[in-house]
Amino acid sequence: MELWFTEKHTANVGFSIKVDKQLYSARSEFQRIDIFESPEFGRFLTLDGYMMLTEKDEFVYHEMIVHVPMCVNQKAGDVLVIGGGDGGAVRELLKYPGLRHIDLCEIDEQVVEACREYLPQTAGRLDDARVSLHFEDGLRFVRGCEDAYDLIIVDSTDPFGPGEGLFTKEFYGNCYKALHEDGIMVNQHESPFYEKDAYAMQRAHKRIVESFPVSRVYQAHIPTYPSGHWLFGYAAKQRQPVEGVDFVGWKQLGLATKYYNTQLHAGAFALPNYVEAMLKDVEAHA
Amino acid sequence: MPFLSQEQAPVLEALERMKRARLVPFDVPGHKRGRGNPDLTEFLGQRCLDVDVNSMKMLDNLCHPVSVIKDAEALAAEAFGAAHAFFMVGGTTSAVQAMVLSAVGRGDKIIMPRNVHRSAINALILCGAIPVYVNPEMDETLGISLGMSVAQVQKAIAENPDAKAVLINNPTYYGICSDIKRITELAHAHGMKVLADEAHGTHFAFHEKLPMSAMEAGADMAALSMHKSGGSLTQSSLLLCGPDMNVGYVHQIINITQTTSGSYLLMSSLDISRRRLALHGHEIFDKVIQLVEYAREEINALGDFYAYSRELVNGDSIFDFDITKLSVFTRPVGLAGIEVYDILRDEYDIQTEFGDIANILAYVSVGDREKDLERLVAALAEIRRNYRKDSSKMLKAEYIDPVVKLGPQEAFYAQKESLPLEETAGRVCSEFVMCYPPGIPILAPGELITDEILQYIRYAKKKGCQMTGPEDMSIRQLNVVK
Repeated sequence: MELWFTEKHTANVGFSIKVDKQLYSARSEFQRIDIFESPEFGRFLTLDGYMMLTEKDEFVYHEMIVHVPMCVNQKAGDVLVIGGGDGGAVRELLKYPGLRHIDLCEIDEQVVEACREYLPQTAGRLDDARVSLHFEDGLRFVRGCEDAYDLIIVDSTDPFGPGEGLFTKEFYGNCYKALHEDGIMVNQHESPFYEKDAYAMQRAHKRIVESFPVSRVYQAHIPTYPSGHWLFGYAAKQRQPVEGVDFVGWKQLGLATKYYNTQLHAGAFALPNYVEAMLKDVEAHA
Repeated sequence: MPFLSQEQAPVLEALERMKRARLVPFDVPGHKRGRGNPDLTEFLGQRCLDVDVNSMKMLDNLCHPVSVIKDAEALAAEAFGAAHAFFMVGGTTSAVQAMVLSAVGRGDKIIMPRNVHRSAINALILCGAIPVYVNPEMDETLGISLGMSVAQVQKAIAENPDAKAVLINNPTYYGICSDIKRITELAHAHGMKVLADEAHGTHFAFHEKLPMSAMEAGADMAALSMHKSGGSLTQSSLLLCGPDMNVGYVHQIINITQTTSGSYLLMSSLDISRRRLALHGHEIFDKVIQLVEYAREEINALGDFYAYSRELVNGDSIFDFDITKLSVFTRPVGLAGIEVYDILRDEYDIQTEFGDIANILAYVSVGDREKDLERLVAALAEIRRNYRKDSSKMLKAEYIDPVVKLGPQEAFYAQKESLPLEETAGRVCSEFVMCYPPGIPILAPGELITDEILQYIRYAKKKGCQMTGPEDMSIRQLNVVK
């Protein structure tokens, strides 16, 4: 018997992982949640059939969504994570000794419960005293915050499911309001490669450019996401993501990372020409 | 008549039987279940084209219902507490017109508030009846016209004892209700029929927290937009009659202008929606009320914006308020409603129902999700943060008392000339001018054009309201009576 998980990356492209067994399956108020065990990628989490993380490559995503902004502002004390119920971003953030407090706002409590039980690799630090969990709509949560955070990490699903509201101009604008004067927002920014993802990527970029004075995009290689080529958005009120960043200071923190390093940080903002062209296209209309 | 219950949907069931019968169609429509028009079938879907069929024995006939349409109409009448119900496939416009044409004829007077929908005055062009306008009071802060006060109706009746009917908005687009019960008693005591434009009140019959429906109040006819809060397809409506109407005559009136090829898509949507409302209406509107109350609270907590509700009720011109309406007063933000409407659509991808000089209306239904309301609230918060400006120079909408010089029919068909807008002051208008939506005329045929009205038209145009009505679609010229 062979059991395979397949995610359709487009109508014509499938991505399959051989599965040993299914560990968890449930339908929450918001989405279908599944956790599988696989020989190649270890355990992996899918929401509505879309790959969220695997034990083998989640380090790429979580290190890149956390260490890039944390290197830019190493003194960041108050952080809001929106989405991120798997706990991976929180785990990386807690490596910083200066971090005071993390609010994690995840709409689906059941995702957190499932990850706590089956994915301790990412969810293992959610009980840290510096972490407060909020189970509510991210858009609603951030609306009530003003001048409250150094960093907001938008660790969302795709803009086609419950994460829809987290790709809107009103959301980015509310994040702007929720940040301190030198605040930074990073977000999961989809992929430039396949048409549907690329369209979502362009829309998100346009909305962020309209909301923040500094808006850049950086990339990482994530094998289990569509095309493997994934983008993150970096937006800030003042701080540039590379110029003037204290890379030496970050190295002195002596944090152990598997993907991220400071040369890669600078290089990640160098994008392929076709991606630059797509970004310029929407910047011109913003 | 066989036993009928609200669980049934006779038109739907007949269509299912027709599909099973696998008829060979040598009748219209010519697309023949979509086979003759594959592009259309691809776009709308086979299931849709399968039931886009013509009247036939097993499906009854809207012009002369004797079987399944008759049964479906009887069930609708029962669900809405009416003596009789007509399925209407020309929108609520056709229902309002049928109502007016059934109640008044040439030269008859009909008492109505000036903030009626254009369809009511259009009916007067058709039949030659004369409007007697009751000044709906105006809320000076919000700049919206309200309901009719009982005293004003009483005065209109005393001055026009020969009037044949009274028309009431139940509610207005903004959700405001007159005291329909007392007005109905008053009108009936003077032998006048009571007609209710209930385009925005289809849901009233299904929840105790909502205002009284026209049928419950004893009105003689009511025109309901099932396609608004009732959930049916666009253009499908109901015309309800009370026990004192001559149903056969109303039917004749409807058949003067209604199509003889009534759409089964529209009729089945009426039938299915009626069943849904009858069986689940209460829980549906419970959910809507809860969504709107939540949004209202959150919007009011933002500051400046004012999402109004029952607190406006004054026992007379605002006798009741439909709490499912999410109307938001925008002027304190320094923006006209139409400006907020445009920003929401252009910058935030949010389409609201309409914006006027000082308000927007977000139409909320059972199809909405909490997260969509979160988007609306968040976007309004952002608009306030990014666009807020001084509001002292904004035009306050005031009720402009119309001076009726001629009846609508006489003015519309009179010898007329086209003049540049600026040169029309002092002349009698022969056409409509209105912002659409909401479609309430600023000028109606037969009314005197004044400087005040021209100023309002210029302001509404400048703020970006979509102006409609005149023959000249750019609204630079107006037709006036020679």
